[in-house]
Amino acid sequence: MNPNKKRLRRTMMFLNAQKPGLIKDPYIYKPDSIMLDLEDAVAENQKDAARFSLYHALQEIDYRGVERVVRINALDTPYWKEDIRCSVAGGCDAIRIPKTECANDVKLVESAVEYAEREFGRPKGSVLIMAAIESARGVMKALEICEASDRLFGIALSGGDYTKDLQTHITGTGIELMGARQNLVIAARAAGIQCFDTVYTDLENMEGFRQDVQNIHLMGFDGKSIINPRQISIVHEIYTPSEKDIIFAEKVVTEIDTKKAQGIGVFTVDGKMIDIAFYDGAKRTIELAKASGVYKGDL
Amino acid sequence: MEIKKPAMAGTLESSDCQVTVEAGEGKIDLELNSAVINQFGNQIRKVTFETLERLGVKDVKITIVDKGALDCTIKARIEGAVYRSLEQTEHLPWGGAIR
Repeated sequence: MNPNKKRLRRTMMFLNAQKPGLIKDPYIYKPDSIMLDLEDAVAENQKDAARFSLYHALQEIDYRGVERVVRINALDTPYWKEDIRCSVAGGCDAIRIPKTECANDVKLVESAVEYAEREFGRPKGSVLIMAAIESARGVMKALEICEASDRLFGIALSGGDYTKDLQTHITGTGIELMGARQNLVIAARAAGIQCFDTVYTDLENMEGFRQDVQNIHLMGFDGKSIINPRQISIVHEIYTPSEKDIIFAEKVVTEIDTKKAQGIGVFTVDGKMIDIAFYDGAKRTIELAKASGVYKGDL
Repeated sequence: MEIKKPAMAGTLESSDCQVTVEAGEGKIDLELNSAVINQFGNQIRKVTFETLERLGVKDVKITIVDKGALDCTIKARIEGAVYRSLEQTEHLPWGGAIR
């Protein structure tokens, strides 16, 4: 398995691949991933130029460990195959498929990526894939999409197109996205991959953004797509475990390891009943604390 | 590679450059306009000639209006203009003539 499949992805920042001013130094804002966009952000008559810009940015700019994902054009356009050739040759870390509606969409891209890896001498499996779900059909097919490829590290909800398909609109309350959000998280977890939430476009309403992130964090999402550097610190803050959470997680892991050796399955930690079912969650809290740079323990 | 019809790529936004290519008169004829020409003019010319050489373009009139572009952007815009001139948008030689 590609070791980056499970990496930390709290924030994925969209950037127009055609704009040199945007793609030259986004690492200074420290998002976990950048999403270099060849799709909606790029005008129809600039699709060709955007690829040259993307290729050289991937080749020559040191993004300092920030993951570089490329959003290719949709599979019903004439652009996506060359988008993949350019991205894989450039050295991208992952490809994002827009408007994914079924497992076959993922398989088509997987096949083109594999071909490009051979063509440009990259190791097989080095380029990961993620799928954006943007329609009611996509939501209903989420599990088969999640299980379509070993390269698939996650799925993402794209709220704008999804709400249009649902014949509603983004309200800011999240009501219109509830079903899709829940369905996608469940499908992703069932398949053992990550799940990312849609963008929040009202940059004037940072309190609304904070509430939105708190909600999706509680729902189980791994991270959020973002459109402005100002949104990064809020997401990272909400996704960083508190000191109290970390101390409790440490106690849970240590106690489960100790009690298991003693043949004890159920016990209490700080007055709460604990058994093996808490182990993975506690380990995840510690891993997240490590990845967020706030863990000082030795587990 | 022969430039048959005029083509342009890039913008006049900050950190970008606008490149125009058209049929030359037997040589590379570069016209460069940049606010940082005293500091970076030689570097921009070097990148331009190297990029055209990789593409095999020997006969072209090329105009660059630079707005503080990095080398990678200058290369991208030159290649963009040249391949637009050839009307080629697929099966491009990534990692070959384009690198």
